[in-house]
Amino acid sequence: MIVAVASGKGGTGKTTVCASLASVWERPAVAVDLDVEEPNLHLFLRPVVRWREAATLETPVADPARCTLCRKCTDLCQFKAVAVLGKRLAVFPEMCHGCGGCLAVCPEGALGVGSRELGSVEGGETRNGHYLAGRLRVGEAMSPPLQRAVKARLASILSRTGGDALLDCPPGVSCPAVNAVRDAHVILLVAEPTPFGIHDFTLALEAFAPLGKPMGVVINRAGHADSTLTRLCAEKGVPVLLEIPYDREIAREYASGGVLAAMNPRMAARFADLRDALPRLIKEAAHA
Amino acid sequence: MREIVVVSGKGGTGKTSLTAAFADLAGRAVVCDLDVDAADLHLVLTPALERREDFFSGHEAVIDPARCTGCGICATLCRFGAVLPEGGGYRIDPTRCEGCKVCVSLCPEAAVNFPERRCGEWFTGQTRFGTLVHARLTPGAENSGRLVTLLKKEARAIALADGLELVLCDGSPGIGCPVISSLAGANLAVAVTEPTPSGRHDLERLLELCARLRTRACCVLNKCDLNAAEARAIEELCAARDVEVVARLPHDDIVFEAMLRGRAVTELPGAPMATLLKQAWNRLAALSELGRPAPWRP
Repeated sequence: MIVAVASGKGGTGKTTVCASLASVWERPAVAVDLDVEEPNLHLFLRPVVRWREAATLETPVADPARCTLCRKCTDLCQFKAVAVLGKRLAVFPEMCHGCGGCLAVCPEGALGVGSRELGSVEGGETRNGHYLAGRLRVGEAMSPPLQRAVKARLASILSRTGGDALLDCPPGVSCPAVNAVRDAHVILLVAEPTPFGIHDFTLALEAFAPLGKPMGVVINRAGHADSTLTRLCAEKGVPVLLEIPYDREIAREYASGGVLAAMNPRMAARFADLRDALPRLIKEAAHA
Repeated sequence: MREIVVVSGKGGTGKTSLTAAFADLAGRAVVCDLDVDAADLHLVLTPALERREDFFSGHEAVIDPARCTGCGICATLCRFGAVLPEGGGYRIDPTRCEGCKVCVSLCPEAAVNFPERRCGEWFTGQTRFGTLVHARLTPGAENSGRLVTLLKKEARAIALADGLELVLCDGSPGIGCPVISSLAGANLAVAVTEPTPSGRHDLERLLELCARLRTRACCVLNKCDLNAAEARAIEELCAARDVEVVARLPHDDIVFEAMLRGRAVTELPGAPMATLLKQAWNRLAALSELGRPAPWRP
């Protein structure tokens, strides 16, 4: 089972929920940080990192001596990564999406294979499972290619261990967020009952609903006596699986790098309930 | 003309609430919401709509089943896993298609169409703090960076036409595509953070990005009383990077109160935070005049 923890708005508590779930998970599991722009899962799970390797994207390298300026590559490229400047073919690797089109259409072999560093992928162990994360190189704009590298690693770990995966996803509703939740069997949306939170939660539902996956909601900082979010969830047919109360003590625990589920037995029990609700949610969706 | 962009690295640190307050304090500025994934500023500024435009960006591949012979060349070539087998032929999953045109160019039957992709819409409207430029990226769409660039261009054009000196932007979380576009050409990045492990870690990466782009940065430490040790660590981090901390704002329910009432914090009477924000704004305004920082070497 792959569980994606996502949200439209940033700062709603995705990492908190993901780290807590990982800490109460009973089957073998991989905790995966797919928020590659700002990976924070390690700050709470404190894994032993066993390996780290660079992740790269295949990008073209120009050989101006062979180029006849036929412009087949520049006509194809949608991302302004290859251009003819004056009488010379130029490549802008940072614009390249790695589609390989220019290499495929060049009749002269004037484009060779080079690479751009996207960042790194790292892995190791937590107290009770595996850990895997992507870390985007500062200055790199594109998250999805690095996310794909992390997912390829995850697939090989899962095929070896047959366990589950818990994905800490980036905020928002554009390509990095959708790309992160795509392979999950269930999506946990973390939302907060504020006007901004409710607005962004609605956008997230709109972005993820077309993927046709079962979804559940965790309401964080609950108890502001505003039932709009709860009503909205009922209206949209997404069950609220856990409410984390609005509490200075919890905020302080988080600020000191603590895992919420490890705070006290009552919190641990709540996250155990959340854990047990997920397979039920998948089963119900399969029957529906 | 100056451009100030409020960014954060970590989400949920209070960018939008701060931007709303700064929009109030700025007096005469064009305000721009660059968080196109999850734009919330309009919830506080409640603009009266003036203009609505579609945002088209790039293209998407669509296979014409009438012309497709099912040869599968497109599926072999696509590096994004967007070509899926279907009923003896193939179809493109639009959520995976990058719009790279490879399948379009190399299909022997010319069976792949390549229409423009509508990725969202953008708006301008009048608010009590001046014109707001904002957008709504279609949920699940891409090219948020291009949409950010377009919004900034529109905001600058409006400022120029109205003889205004300042464009004030609310940015998105992270350090990727939309943030890099947000920082391009900005005179000052205001990094909003909180004293938590995530807040510090993300600030570090964001300041690194600002340094690489040679965008002058300053820092607002929000909820500064949450954790003294983390707050100190952030102060040290900023000092080491020559980044001024322009405000230390205690955790105060008035921020939440203001959001509930659809107001900027500075609009609520007697808020002690309003004084701190006013001082911060005066510093920001001064810092945004200083020009680019010297290249920073770690």
